Amino acid sequence: MIKVQTENFSLEKETKNLIHKNNNVGAVSSFIGIVRDKAKEKDLISMTLEHYPGMTQTMLKKIEKQAYLRWKLLDSLIIHRYGELFPGDNIVLVITLSKHRKDAINACHFLIDWLKTKGPFWKYEKTKNSGHWVEALESDNLEEKKWDI
Amino acid sequence: MKVLYFSWIKDNIGKNEEDLSLNDNIKTISDLINYLITINENYKKAFSDMSIIRFSKNMNLVNIDEMIDNDDEIAFFPPMTGG
Repeated sequence: MIKVQTENFSLEKETKNLIHKNNNVGAVSSFIGIVRDKAKEKDLISMTLEHYPGMTQTMLKKIEKQAYLRWKLLDSLIIHRYGELFPGDNIVLVITLSKHRKDAINACHFLIDWLKTKGPFWKYEKTKNSGHWVEALESDNLEEKKWDI
Repeated sequence: MKVLYFSWIKDNIGKNEEDLSLNDNIKTISDLINYLITINENYKKAFSDMSIIRFSKNMNLVNIDEMIDNDDEIAFFPPMTGG
């Protein structure tokens, strides 16, 4: 399931819900991305996430489907927030459930690597006297490429 | 045609979307960019480094030689920074 929202999320609540609605769950893997308190060595005031509504849903559904083709997943959830967030705030949540650990762990890793470079989101970091759009990192591209999507 | 701009491309151009009526000479994304950079210096600046521009047609990532027409929604944005 895909949710793109401004509201915060709870890992505990979402995990409990997913375990409750599936049978035979043997493994749950999760990832949370959080707003750091520094941007290029400066104290971060806020991070604003812009996205392309419509395309976000389409692309996230497509990649979630890819994860199901590659691994034996029982269920999955991606929550990605947008709007203005502050240091310590949650940005993104990925949860994957399977019978055995490798499927859940690898699918979770795959989904977050993909989100870093192909999720249609753009981050604007505001510091005390300035602000800038975050540039994509080549290291993230390399991480994503290893999955050969 | 609806054209959308995101991130610093939007900031440079000064708008997040616009409706354009294309003439027959504009057949691909590349043609559209070549037209846009003639509008004013802001567009020219936004599209000055094509290595950091991505584009989509009807919400799917496409190549620069993708064919387009007046019913399409085209978006321009820098490399994504999700997650």
